[in-house]
Amino acid sequence: MDLQTLTYLVVGASFALYVGIAYWARAGSTSDFYVAGGGVHPVTNGMATAADWMSAASFISMAGLIANMGYGGGLFLMGWTGGYVLLAMLLAPYLRKFGKFTVPQFIGDRFYSKTASTVAVVCLLTASITYVIGQMTGVGVAFSRFLGVSNAVGIYVGMGIVFVYAVFGGMKGITYTQVAQYIVLIFAYVIPAVFISFQLTGNPLPQLGLGSTMSGTEVSLLDKLNLVVSDLGFSEYTSSVPGSYLNMFVYTASLMIGTAGLPHVIIRFFTVPKVADARYSAGWALVFIAILYTTAPAVGAMAKLNLHATVNSAVGLETDANGKLVVNPATVNANPDLYAPEASLAYENRPDWMKRWEQTGLLKWEDKNGDGRIQYYNDRTANADAKARAEAAGWNGNELSVNADIIVLANPEIALLPNWVIALVAAGGIAAALSTAAGLLLAISSAVSHDLIKNVIKPDISEKNELLAGKLSMVAAILLAGYLGLNPPGFAAGTVALAFGIAASSLFPAIMMGIFSKKMNKEGAVAGMLAGLVVTCFYVFAHKGLFFVQGTEFTHLIGGPNSFFGIVPEAFGAIGALVNFAVAFTVDKFTKEPPEHIQQLVEDVRVPRGAKAVHGAH
Amino acid sequence: MDNNSAAYWKATLSLLTKILVIWFVVSFGAGIIFKPALDSISLGGYPLGFWFAHQGSIYIFIACIFYYARKMGEIDRKFDVHED
Repeated sequence: MDLQTLTYLVVGASFALYVGIAYWARAGSTSDFYVAGGGVHPVTNGMATAADWMSAASFISMAGLIANMGYGGGLFLMGWTGGYVLLAMLLAPYLRKFGKFTVPQFIGDRFYSKTASTVAVVCLLTASITYVIGQMTGVGVAFSRFLGVSNAVGIYVGMGIVFVYAVFGGMKGITYTQVAQYIVLIFAYVIPAVFISFQLTGNPLPQLGLGSTMSGTEVSLLDKLNLVVSDLGFSEYTSSVPGSYLNMFVYTASLMIGTAGLPHVIIRFFTVPKVADARYSAGWALVFIAILYTTAPAVGAMAKLNLHATVNSAVGLETDANGKLVVNPATVNANPDLYAPEASLAYENRPDWMKRWEQTGLLKWEDKNGDGRIQYYNDRTANADAKARAEAAGWNGNELSVNADIIVLANPEIALLPNWVIALVAAGGIAAALSTAAGLLLAISSAVSHDLIKNVIKPDISEKNELLAGKLSMVAAILLAGYLGLNPPGFAAGTVALAFGIAASSLFPAIMMGIFSKKMNKEGAVAGMLAGLVVTCFYVFAHKGLFFVQGTEFTHLIGGPNSFFGIVPEAFGAIGALVNFAVAFTVDKFTKEPPEHIQQLVEDVRVPRGAKAVHGAH
Repeated sequence: MDNNSAAYWKATLSLLTKILVIWFVVSFGAGIIFKPALDSISLGGYPLGFWFAHQGSIYIFIACIFYYARKMGEIDRKFDVHED
């Protein structure tokens, strides 16, 4: 069976599974729709949370980012996992005890203020909508690269599938499809990694393979990679720092705080029966996330070595009789000259996977020195030695441009794995995008139907009508997400920074103070949220344009790019959070303390006893 | 009762502080601030600081959450505020 047919079959089977689950898990009440009836097992919820969290970007792009950034890529690994420690200890159990449907509802009730909940709704909608654009484009990308259909067709099909289980099943349908999607995506991610780790190091566990020696040699894989990339003028893999250690520190902190504050992740913890379950469930979520996140650095490093080895025979991998890439111990030990003329791969001898990915434009070759061979190195290096050697060898600039996404997408092909693995990777990429999109859409629609319609516009709405409103909001959210996915605003790439920035600078501090500071009042909380939001948006807009409109950047006003201690705008959420805390406590000091019943509410939220299944009634 | 809830909260905060210190030390400490120094030690083929940033911190985060969940359960029962 050819690859295309097989891919259609595997992806089709995964869709049939999701639709089947959707039929089984229809939502009959608002509690089903918002929190899956409140009876989800903590391990099940952990798995669903992992799928909810790991997006198209985690699945498709992260390993490539790590391959490019080396050590610095650790900021994503630590940032996107460390946030779960904060979520588990500072937010999830207490919000579960509070026992309502949404994040803005907690902020509104705790700070006894419609203004506070409205600010929270605005933050939630901005963060979730910007985030969902990336998922819809991710669905389109996965479809077009693997199934050979256009982006638009991919997005329509994705919308259709999400429609079936999110509209009819709400959180209940989403939870159980996310479990299925997790299983698909984790196998799709880990299987190629196991094969590649085994080929390069003889150790099938990628987490150990990355720290092993290369098959048949005493040379550690990371040492070899360091040597190759530094020789070619790139920065050393295990020590390249993104900007500065301070920038990396603040960036990591921002991702951690942002992760803990993202509403679509928080609401997953409303679905478990007890407070104690919420605590364990966060641990399980991190276990399931860690399986992918500890594999990704191995995928990144090994694929990078594979790629260099494919185009340069002096690296020490060669193609065996079956066409598989295997370690040549003699070459690895000898460290021959990477700049030797015959070491570079002749273009006509390039492997099939390179030809396939050239057609997508993700891989490009331009013969700058006219020798018919592929030279892949860093031509803008500060390393004088590498520069001199490249010139002496007659290299005339880097000839190969490689899109970072290839690291995961082409991984099974580079390692010549069977076709069913390639088909599985396609299904996995789509599962990752759909599961995150569905979680975000639920956060969006519940904010509309519960926080706006039920709590502000029409408080006397019947449960049946609220359920209908929830489903209609879901339809609207899917249409909006689909529209934005089909017509991605030019700024789409920069907006994820905003989602994390907003979650970190406004939502996380407000929720945390609501629990840990009994005396925090509404004036303090609202001022803090607004201050955090404004400061973060100001810094992000200064770099990326006012509301991301090109040409309206104003870095000159803040003294040049990254002027705040060299911190990049993506990393600014943690600074925004500090501003939020500082402003909130200052304003709180000069305004009157919250009423007695609110302080009692805080006391009550802090202890587990008396927790009931989450329900909507006040 | 008030005394009891104050003591419960104090026990909770002290547990949180302990775990947050570990959380900070393994990621921001070993993975970033002390990374260059730790790299002179190797763990298999890994430089130790690099290992913390790309692997180790994640494993310890998991341990932190399960330890927290278990200890909180003990604290809940000690102060008799656990769920049935």
